[in-house]
Amino acid sequence: MGATVRLQREPFDAAAETAALTRGRTDIGAVVAFTGICRGAEDGAPIAALTLEHYPGMAEAEIARHVEEAQSRWALLGVTVIHRYGRIAPGEPIVLVLTASSHRHEAFAAAEFLMDFLKTRAPFWKQVEAAGATSWVEAKQSDDSAAERWSGAAARRRRDAAE
Amino acid sequence: MKLLYFAWVRERVGKPQEDVELPAGVATVGDLMAWLARRGDEYAHAFENPKIIRAAIDRAHVRPDTAIAGAREIAFFPPMTGG
Repeated sequence: MGATVRLQREPFDAAAETAALTRGRTDIGAVVAFTGICRGAEDGAPIAALTLEHYPGMAEAEIARHVEEAQSRWALLGVTVIHRYGRIAPGEPIVLVLTASSHRHEAFAAAEFLMDFLKTRAPFWKQVEAAGATSWVEAKQSDDSAAERWSGAAARRRRDAAE
Repeated sequence: MKLLYFAWVRERVGKPQEDVELPAGVATVGDLMAWLARRGDEYAHAFENPKIIRAAIDRAHVRPDTAIAGAREIAFFPPMTGG
């Protein structure tokens, strides 16, 4: 099954991407759509924008590797991952993950799996612009923990539960 | 060998990429970070805490004990914060 992986500077239209994924398909019974959006404040302090830096070539390859792993774990009928880079203003979308399957469990699980790995393994770095200064966002331990739960016994239980 | 730097590692080193000739004895990713840290103040600053720096060889994540023989491109960067 093919997948769409795209990196782009410009915003995306989640509804149009969902329509493109499901057009002409009658086998798909569930689509989960996750959109990550730039917040206007971090820890109570307003921000002007985020700037996302990425490693061209590796970012696409790393996302594709995790899409392949998701496809091997769950019976997916379609996957779309779009990740933006460059300057992103509060309220604008940053990332889109679409997963399609016959039944909802696979689509929910795969979307969460892909987002957990995008957070911790895809080579993107967020810089915050606030009060005229810039600073790099620090990685969160909670994101590492979220990704780790997909390996080992907990992941097998979750996978079995989805089947 | 081509080296790439991203985010604050790039800012501290002061350049996004460079080509380097490695001396004998630099065998692993960890060795390379230790060697880079001795190249000047900007490198010492970038690599002052090698435990938190992540690396990739030819666009795939690697650990510090990974051998660098045969690598075309090695990248160093902070923990990722995408998504």
